[in-house]
Amino acid sequence: MWLIRAFEEKVSEMYARGAVRGLIHLGIGQEAVAVGACFALEPDDLVVGGHRSHGHALARGADPERLLAEIAGRASGYCGGKGGSMHIAATDVGFITATGVVGGNVALALGASLTAMSRGGGQVAAVFFGDGAAQTGVFHECLNLASLWRLPLVFVCENNGYAEFTPLSAHTVVAELSAHARTYAMPTRAVDGNDVLAVRDGVRAAAALAREGAGPSFVECITYRLRGHYEGDPAKYRELAELAEWKEKDPVRRYEAVLAERGALGGEDRARIERRARDRVETAASAALAAPFPGPADLMTDVLSRPAGA
Amino acid sequence: MPELRSIDAIRDALRSELARDPRVVLLGEDITVGGPFGATKGLVDEFGEARVRNTPISEAAVMGLAVGAAATGMRPVVEVMFMDFITLAMDQLVNHAAKLRYMTGGQLRVPLTIRVQGGAAASFGAHHSQSLEAWLTHVPGLKVVAPATPADARGLLIAAIRDDDPVIFIEHRALYWTRGPVPDGHDPVPIGRAKIVRRGADVTVISYSRMVGIALEAATRLADEGLDVEVIDLRSLAPLDIDTLIDSARRTRRVVVAHEAVQHGGVGAEIAARIQAEAFGELDAPVLRVGAPFVPVPFSPELERRFVPDADDIAGAVRSTVRRPSAVPAG
Repeated sequence: MWLIRAFEEKVSEMYARGAVRGLIHLGIGQEAVAVGACFALEPDDLVVGGHRSHGHALARGADPERLLAEIAGRASGYCGGKGGSMHIAATDVGFITATGVVGGNVALALGASLTAMSRGGGQVAAVFFGDGAAQTGVFHECLNLASLWRLPLVFVCENNGYAEFTPLSAHTVVAELSAHARTYAMPTRAVDGNDVLAVRDGVRAAAALAREGAGPSFVECITYRLRGHYEGDPAKYRELAELAEWKEKDPVRRYEAVLAERGALGGEDRARIERRARDRVETAASAALAAPFPGPADLMTDVLSRPAGA
Repeated sequence: MPELRSIDAIRDALRSELARDPRVVLLGEDITVGGPFGATKGLVDEFGEARVRNTPISEAAVMGLAVGAAATGMRPVVEVMFMDFITLAMDQLVNHAAKLRYMTGGQLRVPLTIRVQGGAAASFGAHHSQSLEAWLTHVPGLKVVAPATPADARGLLIAAIRDDDPVIFIEHRALYWTRGPVPDGHDPVPIGRAKIVRRGADVTVISYSRMVGIALEAATRLADEGLDVEVIDLRSLAPLDIDTLIDSARRTRRVVVAHEAVQHGGVGAEIAARIQAEAFGELDAPVLRVGAPFVPVPFSPELERRFVPDADDIAGAVRSTVRRPSAVPAG
């Protein structure tokens, strides 16, 4: 979690000083969902993210340097600088892709789970999406189809309370998004998304069902983003008191407290873990920013399997 | 050479690829009972419900599922029952299928075939008759093919399924029951190559899908008037075989592009622009276009008949290219 936190704080700083451009959606405050869920998955499982997915890729084990290089538009990035923050893919660690279209990723994950099912062997897919995606039509089509075909898929809903600038209550009267999954006869559970162990247990149980051939499950993780919708968004649509309340529930601090209570983490350990994460990110950032941008020839590659004949 | 109907040639291609490659899976509404026209009839009995999958009426989810499956190693073939319904799957097709290879820097590829059926025939009305190929050819990362004969239907469908990119395979409803010779074996027809289906010296007519037959009909009539018309079947709309088109334009010096889709903003506009940009000095007349008027497809049989360009329309355009005085001295 500290690696993700340090990574995203670094991205925020780089954006503020103009070293990174574009639309940057940070998941600071939501790290427990990424880490808990990915910890519950196997290395060969297939994970699909969304537009706020730096943390998901890192939790899968993506290389911070290649990831940061991608976000900075460098040739050494995972996608050669052609994807950027919203279109991360790190297929070497089973992070299939992210997407810039809310809800669009859910359908892609259905396909990944169909591939997993056809291979046999207990592989599963998981998809991260937010509360906003639950209001798209394709989301409902996907719940129905996944349930109908008993696809080995875990729907991980990161309910951070806001779809872009709008609270969930202004977009739907359905208070619990997991209710949608129950409509489609799917096992569901709502968990404290800022409790990494609760997320892990929820996703582990869901993945186990999928591996057994029992079909998809829905895990709603209640969480909160501590930054705006994107970097540069002052987030004036929410009360400072609300923000302060959620800062108290910071998932990183909470897990540290749990470990400290168990006697598994001393004060020095905590500082060392944070420092190691920040050092690793600093090294990655230096390397990423020193890397060259893609060259002119890269503009036209990777469009089709063969050069376009037209 | 054996003769097959296009609908049977399509089924033959699907059967041969299902048998050849275990990664191939068919997805679509009602396809386990053959779909509305019988293209997939009997395939579920041969290959089972895991590989011939009847889907709910959920075009967006099904297209996205197919994209995700393709990106993770399968070779799905999606049937979109009517081309009009591709509108419901455009995010998955345009934002995901077309771009995943590029956005991921080549980490992913999307070997996906999308069979769409369309065209204005038999008064199916404005929601079951459109020719929307220009939308698709406008998107980098998509390939678009539109066969006119049973042989090309089978060969191009086989090529599409074996291709590593998303390919939209456009079937014209009015051609399904037309018979034609189909070679033995199951060789693919290469995507991206046009075919000169009638050699001629005076005017080139470029067309695809159902309009190829109508162009040939016009050419036969014009031969009686002493005009020797060359007819090119594009077969592939993206990528375009621009070399074949330019070469023909240079020989005949007059070109007409004919399609059933509305003329405005159609595939013909791109072809006309390309030919004029690359061979302007060698043309004796502007490149003319024949396409449907800029209206939705009407229902009434009489209005639909007027909507679809016919051999008279093509012949008229050809005649007007030769009546024009030469823009530049010949030679």
